[in-house]
Amino acid sequence: MSTAVTEIPQDSRVHYLNVSYGVKSWLLTVDHKRIALLYLGSITFMFLVGGVAAVLMRIHLIEPAGALVQPETYNKLFSAHGIIMVFFFLVPSIPATLGNFLVPLMVGAKDLAFPKLNLLSWYIYVVGALFTLYAVISGGVDTGWTFYTPYSSTYSHSAVIPVAIGVFITGFSSILTGLNFIVTIHKMRAPGLTWFRLPLFIWSIYATSVIFILGTPVLAITIFLLGVERLFHVGIFDPAVGGDPLLFQHLFWFYSHPAVYIMILPGMGVVSELIAAFSRKRIYGYTMVAYSSFAIAIISFLVWGHHMFVTGQSIYAGLIFSVLSFLVAIPSAIKVFNWTATLYKGSISYEAPMLYALGFIGLFTMGGLTGLFLASLATDVHLSGTYFIVAHFHYIMVGGAVMAYMGGLHYWWPKITGRMYPDMWARVAAVIIFVGFNLTFFPQFMLGYLGMPRRYAVYPPEFQVFNVMSSAGASILGIGYLIPLVYFIWSMRYGPIAPANPWGAKGLEWTVPSPPPTDNFEETPIVTEEAYNYAPIPEGQHG
Amino acid sequence: MNAATHLFTSNLLAAASLPIHPPTASTIGQGVDYLYFFLTGITLFFTILIFSIIFYFMIKYHRRSEDEAPGFVGTSMTLEITWTLVPLAICAVLFVWASSLYFENSRPPNASMELFVVGKQWMWHIQHPEGPREIDELHVPVGVPVKLTMTSEDVIHDFSIPAFRIKKDVLPGRYSSIWFQATKTGIYHFYCAQYCGTDHARMIGWVYVMTAEDYAGWLSGGVRGESMAQSGERLFTQLGCITCHVADNNGRCPTLVGVFNHPVKLKDGRTVVADDAYLRNAIVNPNSMPLPNYAPLMPSFQGQINEEQLLQLIAYIKSLGPEERKSAGK
Repeated sequence: MSTAVTEIPQDSRVHYLNVSYGVKSWLLTVDHKRIALLYLGSITFMFLVGGVAAVLMRIHLIEPAGALVQPETYNKLFSAHGIIMVFFFLVPSIPATLGNFLVPLMVGAKDLAFPKLNLLSWYIYVVGALFTLYAVISGGVDTGWTFYTPYSSTYSHSAVIPVAIGVFITGFSSILTGLNFIVTIHKMRAPGLTWFRLPLFIWSIYATSVIFILGTPVLAITIFLLGVERLFHVGIFDPAVGGDPLLFQHLFWFYSHPAVYIMILPGMGVVSELIAAFSRKRIYGYTMVAYSSFAIAIISFLVWGHHMFVTGQSIYAGLIFSVLSFLVAIPSAIKVFNWTATLYKGSISYEAPMLYALGFIGLFTMGGLTGLFLASLATDVHLSGTYFIVAHFHYIMVGGAVMAYMGGLHYWWPKITGRMYPDMWARVAAVIIFVGFNLTFFPQFMLGYLGMPRRYAVYPPEFQVFNVMSSAGASILGIGYLIPLVYFIWSMRYGPIAPANPWGAKGLEWTVPSPPPTDNFEETPIVTEEAYNYAPIPEGQHG
Repeated sequence: MNAATHLFTSNLLAAASLPIHPPTASTIGQGVDYLYFFLTGITLFFTILIFSIIFYFMIKYHRRSEDEAPGFVGTSMTLEITWTLVPLAICAVLFVWASSLYFENSRPPNASMELFVVGKQWMWHIQHPEGPREIDELHVPVGVPVKLTMTSEDVIHDFSIPAFRIKKDVLPGRYSSIWFQATKTGIYHFYCAQYCGTDHARMIGWVYVMTAEDYAGWLSGGVRGESMAQSGERLFTQLGCITCHVADNNGRCPTLVGVFNHPVKLKDGRTVVADDAYLRNAIVNPNSMPLPNYAPLMPSFQGQINEEQLLQLIAYIKSLGPEERKSAGK
């Protein structure tokens, strides 16, 4: 009991967590912070379900002939894993939890622009998730998360329709969340908080929200058309009834490629915050990093055809999609170089969030560079449809997005819960996750180059060694994810009380107590300085 | 040594000499490999560069006291422009290299030998024009360009031969094609690389690359059936095509003699070349492209004949080549 904060008994102060109790006070809340926690609980549950599917797959693949299940079940496992992880974990992860919690705090507002809409979007998410879980339990779906036609619309005998409804519904949750963020960021910034004083997290959430609003309706339409063809045999995608099977892929990837950036852009925002806080430096090239988020969001809508280089689309279309795919690599490279340069002459400390951030830079770099193999037409022909693809997008989605999400969760956990977690355990877990991740997914690059196709329930014996390595890595990765689950739950009750600003970080969210009061700020803050103002900017210079 | 022990030993051997590079057995393969090695070099260079800089800064600028306050470091536009332009230049090189290679690899040489592939859940049917048909096996001669014309009976499949570095989706309702020229005799895997349902992973087979003599021997070996064109001719009679499509233009329908690869004028004024895709469409969906001087009498054969039979019919039409056209015309 040495510091000033701990002398005050914790419950003497009213904050958003203890202001009211009971299930009703949570299920009917319109407080963005409580809604963030509702999301946190839901997506953690979905992550565990998707994770169990992944573990079963990796156990199965230890043997070339399959160690665990029948091919039919294996196909349902990878479909469930993909659908749950993409639509019900990765897409909502950072925006709906950290974004919900932080956007009003970072812009100095009491709540999001439309608090009731915010609660509605959580309910929509839950309804969509329940449909999908029902489908998984009632027999499963075996189309993969990509639902390619005419397999999904005509040939599959699995629960395509319930899953399609689930994904369709959940899309509206994304649209509403995106709308809420855009309006909030435009209209509710505190006095003095100009666009170029905003934390980079806000910039990335803004860019993400634009994709939510422009891209998700296309997914909804695509899924709807798929349902129409499956139920009423209207010829849209199946050539046997007059449709075009590639039309589905064009529509699907028009959403799903930008969706990749829905998953990674918020992660980039989180990493910018972490690097700045733990090196006590303004992000190097702030404006370049901010603009690059927008460059990524815009170009991401023009590269969908790179998923279709081997479908027989025209060679000339292939050339255009290839050049655009190379272009989208440039803003990502700019970000990596600027984060690295931020460390220069900084004061760097290595608490758990920083370890995740540095891990992110390394893994994202590898994920991005292996993307060049796939933007290059001639090599994509060999690698497309193999485990190389699986490895590449897991480096971006797990090595990138999930590392950033974990880092952000550790960084803002004291603010969210008012409690600290054991830092040593957190560092150990971060290292275990980094090692387990690489051991799981690096061998998959090798498998892909050797030619092993993805989505194979059984495989030729020469691929066994790398598969066993990958499965061994997955078991380490799984343990790595379970450790934080345990200490986070532990810390909510037993963790040391967190001060308002445990990291000595800049940013409006650290100026309010931990946990914040329901209305966030007692009086509207007035912003007079740049973001990350760790050292004053000399006259005549720009950051 | 029983089978299990043998399998165990061979797995051990495989582990001892862990393969990190697939066999390269086509003319296309070498070029793709060079590009792949270059990309690997770029990846290693930048990964090591970023990791080293991070580790160096981590150690050099480690926080030494809690109240340490680093000074301001301004952004250098020179540096920003450099690390924008350098990746851009590398990407430009990659784009030009990869695209020109892809462009070259997309065009089969004119003198290619043509084989036909039909994918269906979950097997590959392969037909040689001379007659032999195989399932999940593909016999080809070494050193000869081979073009595969492919289609699917049901869902989307993908024909992938990693040792040749080629792959192409096999779609229902249309023809796609790839080509290769094998450079080494041997046996190589081919796979279905587009998820197609329950037994997707069992939709695999072997390419047998043989010397020209062995291939000729293989072609003539076994039961000598009829050629694809002969099968097509038989179908042409059985399905009643022959009652309208007679050898000269005096029937109710246009003659098919010499039509292949020649321009056809449609009723709407367009002129199209009667290639494989045109002929296929004319059989399964004849009313989609009416001809000027003929009534739309022809029924659709959609669902009445399978893709292999379609290929045989087309092979027959092709066999009514330009030579016969000359003699029929005069």
